[in-house]
Amino acid sequence: MADHAGVAGGDEVDLSRRKFLTRATIATGTVGAAFAAIPFIESWTPSERARALGAPTELDISKLEAGQMATTVWRRSPIYVVRRTSDMVARIAGHDADLKDPNSDHSDQPAYAKNPVRSRSAEFLVLVGTCTHLGCLPKQRFAAGDLYPSWPGGFFCPCHGSRFDLAGRVFAGSPASINLRVPPYSYPKEHLLLVGADEKGAAG
Amino acid sequence: MTVKTATGAAAPMPKSGAAAKKGFWAWLNKRMPVDEFLATQVTEYYAPKNFNFWYYFGSLALVVLVLQLVTGIFLTMFYKPGEATAFDSVQFIMREVDWGWLIRYLHSSGASFFFIVVYLHMFRAFLYGSYKPPRELLWLIGMLVYLALMAEAFMGYVLPWGNMSFWGAQVIVNLFGTIPGIGPDLVLWIRGDYGIADATLNRFFALHVAAVPLALLLLVVLHLVALHEVGSNNPDGIETKEKVGADGKPLDCVPFHPYYTVKDLVGVGVFLVLLAIVVFFVPTLGGLFLESPNFEPANPMSTPEHIAPVWYFTPYYAILRAVPDQRMGALLMLIAVMSFMFVPWLDRSPVKSMRYRGWMSRSALAIFVVSFIVLGYLGLQPAEGLYVVLARIFAVLYFAFFFLMPLYTWLDPVKPVPERLIYHAH
Repeated sequence: MADHAGVAGGDEVDLSRRKFLTRATIATGTVGAAFAAIPFIESWTPSERARALGAPTELDISKLEAGQMATTVWRRSPIYVVRRTSDMVARIAGHDADLKDPNSDHSDQPAYAKNPVRSRSAEFLVLVGTCTHLGCLPKQRFAAGDLYPSWPGGFFCPCHGSRFDLAGRVFAGSPASINLRVPPYSYPKEHLLLVGADEKGAAG
Repeated sequence: MTVKTATGAAAPMPKSGAAAKKGFWAWLNKRMPVDEFLATQVTEYYAPKNFNFWYYFGSLALVVLVLQLVTGIFLTMFYKPGEATAFDSVQFIMREVDWGWLIRYLHSSGASFFFIVVYLHMFRAFLYGSYKPPRELLWLIGMLVYLALMAEAFMGYVLPWGNMSFWGAQVIVNLFGTIPGIGPDLVLWIRGDYGIADATLNRFFALHVAAVPLALLLLVVLHLVALHEVGSNNPDGIETKEKVGADGKPLDCVPFHPYYTVKDLVGVGVFLVLLAIVVFFVPTLGGLFLESPNFEPANPMSTPEHIAPVWYFTPYYAILRAVPDQRMGALLMLIAVMSFMFVPWLDRSPVKSMRYRGWMSRSALAIFVVSFIVLGYLGLQPAEGLYVVLARIFAVLYFAFFFLMPLYTWLDPVKPVPERLIYHAH
């Protein structure tokens, strides 16, 4: 552009230069707008208060009778704690063919609950009590034959009809695709259940 | 010449008449094209002269929009978003605010009437092929209005913080959790907490009273701009713009004002009577417009026996529940809503209106309407036994209407379309 003061040639517009500058400006502006959007988008993540209220929660399980279920709350979800009788434990086996995910390969649970009884010990079952379909609360239907003659006992969701066995594993034919979730949990003392924290520390 | 128009010498407002006028009106028109706007959009906006019953619902949708905006603004003056205050403030409006019950019932019934009007408006488009070229964009903008309306209605239903508000929000928000990969994080982000909570309610309030209504208003304006560019379709599905008289005006059209403003006012009158009957005598309409579990406060530890959305979402809800797989169910539900968008390109028929289409298109539309209504009924019933079987059958018919459309509209034996509108003076 050294001869911009020249005659006819100097008045010509360099269209390719103009096009490049226009595009570069648009690109820079778009990147800037994307960065400016971050604070607004992140304002929707759980607040510090919500996170603090999501801390681990304790439950005394010494008074829970065999065959009964206690419910506590962790992170706004009901936590089902079932003290299974040996008969209930026995009813977990024998229907693997009717289950969508019998070995919990596609389901959400800590490593210590990825076993046939889906818990640290066969006696106590700890589950997140929200249906993995769309979040309703499955109801306890522990008695064998309660829903239909071959029903081995478990949980039934009244919203959309999902069925789970006494280890929270989902039956084929249910709209839910994975087993009921198992939260991280541990026993800091005997008969004291701590939901939301285990050897790895508190849940993220 | 039998065409009746109110144009020519009798035209109420001359074009660019600002120069001829004096005073305030002239002052105004020099600074803003008021006369020109009114002429091009109202008094000299030409609409086909054979509009029938089905053409009431566009203007009625505008009336309901205004009703919702006005009643909504007044409700925000008394409503208090928040887990601890929302339910009580709605009871406060119902019991202690003078006329509060009326304002709230107008708003809650208005929501249902909005969908009734919009569904009939959409049916009109199917009846007369109003989505076909050159009105594809008009149809697409209309579908965006419908989507915005669904978002608006869903979030509005959460605000009273009744038990169905809570569990409805739980089910709908969890639908986003079925998106592979980002699902669970997305749900946490939408809720702003580990469950449906105060944070969720407050952001839904902001979206319901500010963000979505603004988007809705913008889309409605765009819908009207697009309509006035291509002109209205009509029951004969003939392009009336092509047949112009010596004066350059369309022969088969009349100016929107006064002809259709007067006609639409009659529709508004009838509509307001129906709205008043619901508001004054059956505001819950037996649980269809307001569900009984919503008269209990939200309880995260107790799911209602049977969760169903309000009637206008139940056809899609029935499709969701008909599929025994959560991801597929959510996907089919999404496709069911989005299918409408593709109709302008799925329809291969050479004619627009059902008047000149053959038995195939007519039967397909009839089957679709029946499927939509039956699915709507099934979505209100528990998901068990025969209901699920029926939901699967009618879901297949629902999708067949869209996916087989290129085939049956192509094979359909059509009748010749006349050159000019069929019109019988009254």
